[in-house]
Amino acid sequence: MEKRVVFRSAWLPYVLLAPQLVITAMFFFWPAIQAVYYSFLLQDAFGMTSQFVWFQNYAELFRDSHYLSSFKTTAFFATLVATSGIFISLLLATMADSVIKGALVYKTFLIWPYAVAPAIAGVLWAFIFAPSIGIVTYYLKVLGFDWNWIIDPEQAMALVVIASVWKQISYNFLFFLAGLQSIPKSLIEAAAIDGAGPFRRFWTIVFPLLSPTTFFLLVINIIYSFFDTFGVIDATTQGGPGDATKVLVYKVYYDGVKAADLGSSSAQSVILMIVVVTLTVVQFRYVERKVQY
Amino acid sequence: MTRKVLLAAFVAAAFGATGAQAQTEIQWWHSMGGALGDKLNELANKFNASQKEYKVVPSYKGSYPDSLTAAIAAYRAGNAPHILQVFEVGTATMMAAKGAVVPVYKLMKDADEPFNPKVYLPTVTGYYSDSKGNMLSFPFNSSTVVFYINKDAYKKAGLDPNKAPKTWKEFIANAEKLKAAGQSCVYTSGWPAWMHIENFSAWHNVPIGTKENGMGGLDTVFQVNSPLHVRHIAMLGDMAKKGLFTYAGRTNQAEAKFSSGECAMLTSSTGAQANIRRMAKFEWSVNFIPYHDDVKGAPQNSIIGGASLWVMGGKTNNAYKGVAKFFSFLSKPEIQMEWHTGTGYVPITMAAYEMTRKSGFYDKNPGADIAVKQLTNKPPTANSKGLRFGNYVQGREVIEEEIEQVIAGKKDAKAAMDDAVKRGNEILRKFQAANKG
Repeated sequence: MEKRVVFRSAWLPYVLLAPQLVITAMFFFWPAIQAVYYSFLLQDAFGMTSQFVWFQNYAELFRDSHYLSSFKTTAFFATLVATSGIFISLLLATMADSVIKGALVYKTFLIWPYAVAPAIAGVLWAFIFAPSIGIVTYYLKVLGFDWNWIIDPEQAMALVVIASVWKQISYNFLFFLAGLQSIPKSLIEAAAIDGAGPFRRFWTIVFPLLSPTTFFLLVINIIYSFFDTFGVIDATTQGGPGDATKVLVYKVYYDGVKAADLGSSSAQSVILMIVVVTLTVVQFRYVERKVQY
Repeated sequence: MTRKVLLAAFVAAAFGATGAQAQTEIQWWHSMGGALGDKLNELANKFNASQKEYKVVPSYKGSYPDSLTAAIAAYRAGNAPHILQVFEVGTATMMAAKGAVVPVYKLMKDADEPFNPKVYLPTVTGYYSDSKGNMLSFPFNSSTVVFYINKDAYKKAGLDPNKAPKTWKEFIANAEKLKAAGQSCVYTSGWPAWMHIENFSAWHNVPIGTKENGMGGLDTVFQVNSPLHVRHIAMLGDMAKKGLFTYAGRTNQAEAKFSSGECAMLTSSTGAQANIRRMAKFEWSVNFIPYHDDVKGAPQNSIIGGASLWVMGGKTNNAYKGVAKFFSFLSKPEIQMEWHTGTGYVPITMAAYEMTRKSGFYDKNPGADIAVKQLTNKPPTANSKGLRFGNYVQGREVIEEEIEQVIAGKKDAKAAMDDAVKRGNEILRKFQAANKG
């Protein structure tokens, strides 16, 4: 009983694949190759003169202690965003899964933030936490807490993490909810009859069965925090104060788009690409072993 | 007056059908949003109504860095605008792009339009001229940094509201009194690098960098780690620690803190006046920025910020003729006065300043003339005529990052300013290498 479709034609599969391949080549491979090429060039802003400088752009980056410390900032930021994002959405999903009345409304509201653009999410949170006019700032002040992320590096980091996590919770939530709903109720009921409490049931049955989802989300969230968060950062801290929230991708954006330094920006994006590819490979090789499908 | 203009515009539009084919369009990319953008469109409409051959088409392209980036991309793709508004920190980038731009002095000469750089304030001419004194871009919207005080807060603290501090020593004494009187935010500042490094240096007649602040060549190096700079930044850090200085961010965020009454003193752009006038529910005044009285020759003069108009290369001669005509139109004192009084930017020619003064505008709006007085306080020196550093978008950011480290108490002023110089110089060397051709 072979279920697979077998193409007898020599050219049909390629024709069917062609649109996808063209799009991938045009929007992924071509820009990536361009980035690699530009990373070897030293150009003025208008591209009037262009010199091939081999690895000079890279060498300059690795000589810059601020660029190197940006790796640490990024690692810290990505860990916080990925773990707290996954943890909070898992919590919300388990709770939403057990809600019976009005479940649809509840779920819809939780999925809503996903439709908000990162820059809007940033502005939203920047307003709520704004140093003089923010509503949360006001209540923190009432409680005697001095909130000013404009100059406090730790608070600035907290702000961009909160905004980035909030943006990603809906996405995580959706996958966890689907994962939870695919777990057979009979398994959980059987455990309950055997006398396992809710925590025991969660850790020995639900969580292991969710591990493929969790692993997938871990990879996606790390990629998200590496690449997709510059909108949030640009709308709030713009990398400051000092370079406290200057993650790698924000520096790529700033140097390339705002400062018209294409060579360095391309070199940085190539490095970022290598880092994320390596991380993903490592995750698939080592973390995936612990996943039970 | 406006009715006449409207009528003229209407007539021009009505007859436009016949003349439309012969009209040459001139694209003007700018960064003036909101009320400023409306005012800019008014100028373009007025010019279009004044003649039939050319039509200036302004389009808003986002913030200064955004429109510069857009123009660079457009130039690389071969469809740049005719006129591009570029902020002051982009000046070196534009000047180095020989061939991508047409110098304004050459444009005016080729088109036989009268153009005299001497009519502008010396600080304006100097900022946009090359080392031979040729003006490369057309001054448009200039501002400078001034010092605002909340007179009501002064009264409440038992200080004389009509005596704003002249020196930083007096400033700190007043700040302590304000703090003691329960003022939650005593002093804040917009544009920290522009105020506390660039204008600070000019005001005290000390260099920001070698080679006349970069105007004399690309092989310039930063000198913002001089003892005076370090002392000033250390003072700010110390004030922040004592609660006398509240840092508000790298652009104009501080202005809202002043106009809401939260902060009693503010140093920021002259451009803040329009908003303060509208928002403030208290008496306030505009003053000269403070100086350190033990520095010889201080106060010198402050320097400009804002933007100028650059003419992009690769267009037809006919279009350039139109651009030159438009610039002549913008140079008229009455147009300059209209722009100055309508926007809060500095009148950039002495003629426009005199005209505005005679009109009684400054009597009705006290403080609106402080900026000109400060810019022309003394004839500018090599240290105070402006600055020109390659890729200063990044350079200024480095300085701001280091200042923030001091304010946050993470670094001492000497180390921070040394780092600013070191990191800034690397950016300058890279710019020099990229533009050596």
